[in-house]
Amino acid sequence: MLKELFHFLIYPGFLFLAVAGGFLSWFDRKVTAMLQFRKGPPVLQPFFDFLKLLLVKETILPAKGSRITFLLAPVFSLFGATVAGILIFLPLLNIKTGFAGDLIVIFYLLAIPSLAFMIGAMASGNPLASVGASREMKLMMSYELTFLLVIAGIIMKANMNIGLYDILNTQKETGAFIGSISGVLLFIATVFCVQAQLGLVPFDMAEAETEINHGSFIEYSGSVYAIVKLTKYIMLFILPAFVVTVFMGGLSWEGINILWSVLKILSVVLLITLIRNTNPRVKIKQAMRYFFIWMNLLVIIAIILIIFGL
Amino acid sequence: MKFDYMSKPTIIPIGPYHPLQAEPELFKLYCDGEIVKDVKWETGYNHRGIEKLSESKTFDQVFFLVERICGICSTSHPFAFANCMEEIVNVEIPDRAKYIRSIIGELERIHSHLLWAGLAGHFLGYNTVFMWVWKYREPVLDLFEIITGNRNSYAMFKIGGVRRDIPNNLVPTIQKNLDALKHKLDLLIGVVMDDPVIHARTKGVGVLTKQDIINFAAVGPTARASGVAIDVRQDDPYAAYPLVNWKVITAEEGDVFAKIAVRLLEMHESVSIIEQCLEGLKKEKEGDIEVKVKNVPEGMGTGRAEAPRGEVFHFVTTDGGYSPVRHKVRAPSYTNISTFKKSCVGQTISDATISLAAVDPCYCCTERMAMVYDYYNKKPILSGKDMIKLSQQKTEELKKKL
Repeated sequence: MLKELFHFLIYPGFLFLAVAGGFLSWFDRKVTAMLQFRKGPPVLQPFFDFLKLLLVKETILPAKGSRITFLLAPVFSLFGATVAGILIFLPLLNIKTGFAGDLIVIFYLLAIPSLAFMIGAMASGNPLASVGASREMKLMMSYELTFLLVIAGIIMKANMNIGLYDILNTQKETGAFIGSISGVLLFIATVFCVQAQLGLVPFDMAEAETEINHGSFIEYSGSVYAIVKLTKYIMLFILPAFVVTVFMGGLSWEGINILWSVLKILSVVLLITLIRNTNPRVKIKQAMRYFFIWMNLLVIIAIILIIFGL
Repeated sequence: MKFDYMSKPTIIPIGPYHPLQAEPELFKLYCDGEIVKDVKWETGYNHRGIEKLSESKTFDQVFFLVERICGICSTSHPFAFANCMEEIVNVEIPDRAKYIRSIIGELERIHSHLLWAGLAGHFLGYNTVFMWVWKYREPVLDLFEIITGNRNSYAMFKIGGVRRDIPNNLVPTIQKNLDALKHKLDLLIGVVMDDPVIHARTKGVGVLTKQDIINFAAVGPTARASGVAIDVRQDDPYAAYPLVNWKVITAEEGDVFAKIAVRLLEMHESVSIIEQCLEGLKKEKEGDIEVKVKNVPEGMGTGRAEAPRGEVFHFVTTDGGYSPVRHKVRAPSYTNISTFKKSCVGQTISDATISLAAVDPCYCCTERMAMVYDYYNKKPILSGKDMIKLSQQKTEELKKKL
């Protein structure tokens, strides 16, 4: 019991995910700043941001709309992200979880933050937030299908194993999935799905600052917004970790391997940061078409290649 | 377009304070889902009563006042005012002063267009372009500092000439900076014009046809992007523009991309004008920068200048005293903003916001008083109708004086 609590709250649970996510958020901001000829924030800035919001800033509630839903939505998103993170990290740390189909569970858990943000935005009663929520919904509908197809592809590559632990073992035997053509195609599609899931440019239309003023999150402030921020930090860690797990042979915390593990995560975050800094925001219609037609096509080609063993 | 306000559409407010705008201004987008059905523009957040202030200043002071109408085109207003006053006084300024005026005017166009290009990138969520372009804009501001001593608000104009000379030994330095700038402009044009995602976001968005431009009397790059080659520098030449070779840049499409293209290519044209003006400076005698004007006679004059956003128009009536009796300013955004009614309606919110930004609206230039009310009890003191009546009275009084 104590061990489970430790797993959930400290390592590899909530605390570890939040701290690592904070550092990754700093990395993202620093790289962005360097690309833009700026100096960038100090290492601890994400934590300062979080603590300032949590402890100092006033929390203002919307006058209209459902307050309880509005306040609970970020909490749910935090729980969803944390549990998904734990399920991703336990196999990575060689701890065998009790059930075999955790990949499917992770897929559902990863959808919870976006869903919760959507519900929270709807509950705020702000027209801009509702536009943001409707965009989030459309975006989710488009990338979830691609993501599901990617997961199908991964399962096929892993000899029809649905457990993350077995997928890692398969990769140990046959080499990382990204080493094959189909693996590369699946990896490209996944990175774009991750981009959309994190709500980063070019898929940040749900919170488009210059269009709808931070859309979904416009009414959040103070400690509630701190939770939203924390969820985003955690998502910035667990999604690249997921990509590393299913494509790059996972992480390892022994000796020199620690360096490789960190580099793997950083390289995926770097890729995401570069994409977000070299593209303008697309319209929701274009994003939908992009996922429905091009990304799905890419994944289907990958699946056909997998069938031929490439 | 007819639109039923009674069916309670969602109002998406752009403003009064919004990341899309640096200035307070309110656009109400009446939306059905994501589609904008109607636009309403509310103004009056930023009114400073410049025209009235001008009537209590001497002519030399008015230059500094109109310079502060707008921070970005801070030379266009003095330029137009100088043209206006010189029409009243009826002087011809020395060629050297003409060249210097044109150099300042064109440098301002470059820095304004670069500023807009950066902001347009930011509006599209492309913050890297925003930061890069604004970094490239710094050398232009440095040039301003070298020439005038200020990065903004240059205080260069006076009736009959300019206040400071550009010494001939400064010309090579300016030329060097311009060469560096040209290289950066090429880089920027390459990046922006070839980016497929920028094409996807801006092509066919916010289209204004030639007829729309004529109907709304739009000016500047907004009009030129729709194939209307209207440019005060060409149509009513002033300063050194008739003395140099340049052409009016136009595009036919009328969408946001065409506006980007027109602005980017115009910057190259501006660099070429500045280079020719620098050549001209070398031929003229140093220090011959003004005609002394002793007094301003009674009269009436109009002055125009091509600001980065279009035509700036100043109208001044004088009575032989020290200050204007009436000073009327019309900035380009006043006509350009009205095109939103055409360019935004029927588009999605994403397209509407970039269409709003595409005319490079400058609200502090455009600001009009809409209504006067008591701040504490919110009771109206003067409504819009009252103010129209007041201005009509004033016109009548002026008519009698003439």
